[in-house]
Amino acid sequence: MKTYLIIIIHLFVCNIFIAIFLPHAVYSSTPEIKIGSKKFTESVILGEIVTHLVKSTGEQPIHLRELGGTRVLWNALIRGEIDIYPEYTGTISEEILAGEGVHSKEDIRQALIKYGIMMTKALGFNNTYAIGMKEEVAERLKIQKISDLRQHPGLKFGFGNEFMARGDGWPILRKNYNLPQQDVRGLDHDLAYRGLEKGTIHAIDIYSTDAKIQYYELRILEDDLGHFPAYNSVILYRSDLEKRAPHVVTVLKKLEGKISESEMINMNSSASLEMVPEGQIASDFLSGSLSLETESYEETVAGRLLRHTGEHLFLVAISLSASIIVSIPLGILSAKMPGLGQVILGTVGIIQTIPSLALLVFMIPLLGIGGPPAITALFLYSLLPIVRNTYTGFQDIRPQIRESAEALGLPPGARLRLVELPMVSRSILAGIKTSAVINVGTATLGALIGAGGYGQLILTGIRLDNISLILQGAVPAAILALIAQVCFEAMERFFVPKGLRLKPAS
Amino acid sequence: MIDIQGVSKVYGQTTALHSIDLTIPASQTTVLIGQSGCGKSTILRLIIGLVQADSGSVYFEGTRVTPEVVISLRRKMGYVIQEGGLFPHLTAYDNVALMARYLGWSDERIKERLDELAELTHFPSEGLERFPVQLSGGQQQRVSLMRALMLDPDVLLLDEPLGALDPMIRADLQVDLKRIFQALGKTVILVTHDIAEACFFGDIITLLRDGRVLQKGTLDEFIQSPADAFVTRFINAQRSPLDVMGKDSR
Repeated sequence: MKTYLIIIIHLFVCNIFIAIFLPHAVYSSTPEIKIGSKKFTESVILGEIVTHLVKSTGEQPIHLRELGGTRVLWNALIRGEIDIYPEYTGTISEEILAGEGVHSKEDIRQALIKYGIMMTKALGFNNTYAIGMKEEVAERLKIQKISDLRQHPGLKFGFGNEFMARGDGWPILRKNYNLPQQDVRGLDHDLAYRGLEKGTIHAIDIYSTDAKIQYYELRILEDDLGHFPAYNSVILYRSDLEKRAPHVVTVLKKLEGKISESEMINMNSSASLEMVPEGQIASDFLSGSLSLETESYEETVAGRLLRHTGEHLFLVAISLSASIIVSIPLGILSAKMPGLGQVILGTVGIIQTIPSLALLVFMIPLLGIGGPPAITALFLYSLLPIVRNTYTGFQDIRPQIRESAEALGLPPGARLRLVELPMVSRSILAGIKTSAVINVGTATLGALIGAGGYGQLILTGIRLDNISLILQGAVPAAILALIAQVCFEAMERFFVPKGLRLKPAS
Repeated sequence: MIDIQGVSKVYGQTTALHSIDLTIPASQTTVLIGQSGCGKSTILRLIIGLVQADSGSVYFEGTRVTPEVVISLRRKMGYVIQEGGLFPHLTAYDNVALMARYLGWSDERIKERLDELAELTHFPSEGLERFPVQLSGGQQQRVSLMRALMLDPDVLLLDEPLGALDPMIRADLQVDLKRIFQALGKTVILVTHDIAEACFFGDIITLLRDGRVLQKGTLDEFIQSPADAFVTRFINAQRSPLDVMGKDSR
């Protein structure tokens, strides 16, 4: 019991320390303007532009970058977890409000008001969906238009997961054009380009302002049946912003009609091909197009690493210590009450089989985005190793020991505290060690739902096809996992009684 | 002292005890002997409440042993098993002191009692700071005995206490144990399958077979008037018990 208490106290102290010194304010509750962006470069640049603009009004903006796909951003906006994010009219009519039969801008505006959401006028450019192929492949097969694809049923398609499901996406495209292809898979949009380059897939969905069109030498197939609607860029914001921060709404409107298609393509290629930080691009755009001078607040590599380390530790420390506090008693209960034990072990086992990505997404409707859902998912994932090891540790206590403690006349609570828990301490610690390593690794996925951490760097690295950035996230995560392992191993010295660490006398 | 009245115990398919009646007199050493599986260990486990009787009752100093009162009754009993009963995470000293500490004895009182017991059991005092894995089998059993005697119990229950030891160590410890029993004058119940050991310790020997008491008495009675042929076979099956009798200084 003493051991158990010490572990808990120790972890609590760590948590409080981390929580206080967390160098980032994502989880604070002071009123700020929260801007979201989707996990592709154009959205991040637009998010940065809005962030700079909001900052110029004297408000404190926070940009939650690369939060995820449309559903995540839209739900976060409705729930007030973010206040502003850039969106496209086509996405609103075909995905968010699919089935409500809204088509004109006025329809959309009216429909959004029901949700308490306002929309700016179009920013200028139209980033429609299109189908792209490698120029040389298209030339060889003589494919100019989407309808030409009918002649080549053996072609392989790789579409972004969103495109596979949306109202103007693959199922309807296939129907409209009567396309015969069978080998069609859904995959991450950034990875699709690489599949195209390697020749494992032949056609992908692209955005017409995507800088990679030039880089990968893609041919945009002509939408000869007029299948895709217009995707005019707009900014969505919560209607309560008009009361809460009217000057923010005023500056948002400054962007209307200000970004042309060629400007957007240029900005996209600066980010994804020349690796110019999005904040810098946004700042340059504002001074060029709106004559608005903003200070660029680019972080140094060290500063960024420190911030992500803080976020990562925050996720791990809270979820792991909550898990320790809950799972040791659950493990004891499982060992003491076999019937209940089967239920407990079965339940934590099933939780472990849920894919981590799915678990994170399940959490969004319950807890929204950011730290809380990520921490909850990590907490659930950390249960099994500790519960199971605690349970097994109790099972492994020799009956002679158990009965000797009983025969001495110790009541059950004292037997647990003085004999059983010290004897299973090594097993419990081993479970905690396993949980810690799994937790540190899984926490990188937290970035997918806006919880930050090292995963953020990995996500950005994948988006920008930047190996160095991916490594800046992956290497510290691996090191942190190692450090966690070494720390818990060192703790054996303090938490596992000396008598259990000795080798038997020869 | 201890009264066992019509006690039966069944483990799954096997019947360990068939409605046994047995009275254990105070201040004497009673030996329970028999082949493995005859139910002799079950009797000790019933007395200390590690198992519950299916029918019948066990009385300890007039109190019926039930789960409600067993914890306080256990503190008046000392229990030593064959091997492996010491807590590996505690030193010899802490093993012996565990229960007294739990009951709130002062450190001085514990130390005093431990010194007394170490002297009684011939346990070297420097060994007290060692952990069980660092002790030999014989030393471990001396620690187990000290732990059983710590609270100065009214009765000492020993389940094959010497069964796992080498013959030489076993002989030494037999002599020490008998001296301790005589010095303390406590009620002792000792379980063994070794007839020589039984005669060496036992004031009264109880022979069990298949969960029943076959015969109760001294070795002389077993030889002179055996209850049935099994008694004679059991005694003769083990080498020269009479030699041990002859060397006994009683």
